[in-house]
Amino acid sequence: MSLTTQPETRTVEVDSHTINFGPQHPAAHGVLRLILEMKGEVVERADPHIGLLHRGTEKLIEYKTYLQALPYFDRLDYVSPMCMEHAFAIATERLLGIDKDVPERAQYIRVLFSEITRVLNHLLNVTTYALDCGAITPALWGFEQREHLLEMYEMTSGSHYHANYFRPGGVAKDIPAALVPKLESWLAQFPKFIDELEGLLTNNRIFKQRTVDIGVISAEQAMAWGFSGPCLRASGVPWDLRRSQPYDVYDRMEFEVPIGRHGDCYDRYLIRIAEMRQSLRIIRQCLDQMKPGPVKVRDNKIAPPSRGEMKRSMEALIHHFKLYTEGYHVPAGATYSVVEAPKGEFGVFLVADGTNKPYRCKIRAPGYAHLQAMEMLSKGHMLADAVAIIGSLDIVFGEIDR
Amino acid sequence: MVEALENALLAALPAARLERDRFGAEVVLHVSRDALLRTMLVLRDAPSLAFQQCMDICGLDWPAREERFDVVYNLLSLTHNHRLRVVVPATETAAVPSVMALWPAATWFERETWDMYGIVFDGQPDLRRLLTDYGFEGHPLRKDFPLTGHVELRYDEERKQVVYEPVKLTQDFRNFDFMSPWEAMTTLPGDEKVHLNRVEGPKP
Repeated sequence: MSLTTQPETRTVEVDSHTINFGPQHPAAHGVLRLILEMKGEVVERADPHIGLLHRGTEKLIEYKTYLQALPYFDRLDYVSPMCMEHAFAIATERLLGIDKDVPERAQYIRVLFSEITRVLNHLLNVTTYALDCGAITPALWGFEQREHLLEMYEMTSGSHYHANYFRPGGVAKDIPAALVPKLESWLAQFPKFIDELEGLLTNNRIFKQRTVDIGVISAEQAMAWGFSGPCLRASGVPWDLRRSQPYDVYDRMEFEVPIGRHGDCYDRYLIRIAEMRQSLRIIRQCLDQMKPGPVKVRDNKIAPPSRGEMKRSMEALIHHFKLYTEGYHVPAGATYSVVEAPKGEFGVFLVADGTNKPYRCKIRAPGYAHLQAMEMLSKGHMLADAVAIIGSLDIVFGEIDR
Repeated sequence: MVEALENALLAALPAARLERDRFGAEVVLHVSRDALLRTMLVLRDAPSLAFQQCMDICGLDWPAREERFDVVYNLLSLTHNHRLRVVVPATETAAVPSVMALWPAATWFERETWDMYGIVFDGQPDLRRLLTDYGFEGHPLRKDFPLTGHVELRYDEERKQVVYEPVKLTQDFRNFDFMSPWEAMTTLPGDEKVHLNRVEGPKP
């Protein structure tokens, strides 16, 4: 362009424009496509498009036996697999009428691993949430701790993530003897880790500027929008299914339910930190109270016989064969069974028609309700705040898209 | 606890059709489509019931029935710590009133139910598909929708884009039915004589 000709200046009035956030964006925590209508840098409207990870889990489960359906639950909320299995195991036990027969040791193991899973989940959430708000170190530290816990998953179930460990009627097998000392040494060092993590974040000026008074939701709104778990408690509602509708041996556990006051992103962070400390108490109590004993129901029509027995006894062989081909028949009925998953109320609405396959299995994911409130939470906030809100809601697409 | 809920329900809704599950732990309330909104308003606002949360809404398909669908609402009261399941029958054409005005959380659950079953919700302004693909046809959780779906997706190297094609199965879809012959069939082929000599016991 020559210097003599003046470039023609043109002024364009832009009232609002839409931006497409995701589906491939590290701060979207998975495959979230968020259509944001912006006025300058302020969010006017947020329309989450979900379903990009939809795998038809509910349809697939209708074609599988109850035992074959269980591994699908690991793949829902892949950050806290065993809590998902827990909900399905409890639902199936209720329909079979064996929920009172689950051995005590199995219940302790399930509670123990539910709490390990809760720490696992909160570690990932808190640290990646900090990453979204500009802090890299917590993620680097937190993933090391997660790895220790995942090793315990592997020792017990044989798999890092897709454990397939909780079964209707108990757990797949007993915990190995080497797990207890490993868990003890992990328990001894973890409180110090939480302190260090809090030292990085809780009073961090940048982190607080990004989270305090961002994405505020009142208690009434949180209830109306179907919130549960840490997101509901951050708004000041004292509600924890482990306390109010206890399952397995949670009624024997002593723990506190941390409650927030403001319902903002910062409170949701604080609740998760406090919950990790409470989970440690529950893990400690489980280890202290657990007694040796069977880990699955005695009925070989529901839980498989031991491998050794199967090699010697004809009847055990028949049971083993029938269990892994036909499975068991669940009497007709329906149940809505819930657990307090790390993200909130995880429910399974299971309808049985008397055959060996579920007639309908609706999975109620906590993150689904939380993400729905995204528009309400982010309206009037800046674009960067939308990222902080997504992080604070603890979104995992495995469970939302199913 | 369940009795208290049932008594409160009958006091607030005298005509309620209540049912308990097999183990007596869960209460089910059957409502007609016309009475749904009225009933839900009472369930939410009556102090003895106070169902503040609508945790889940889902569809259910019974193809043999005249009104083939059920819409199931799972409600939770935080103050009284009780749960209730509300069941409403529906068809492909008869719309179920939307409860969005009572619980804003219902929007996505209703969108999903429409997506999966094709149940229409009256008064729901945002009845778009939610979980399935853009431009998807059909309602996948209906019992007559095949597990494999109708179309499949692949990347076409020549056209340099993703293309949809009708599903081609290299082997027929197999649905393993492992029902025991001695549970599914009472008479085995060639074994009819067994009934002549058997003393029939009381029916289970």
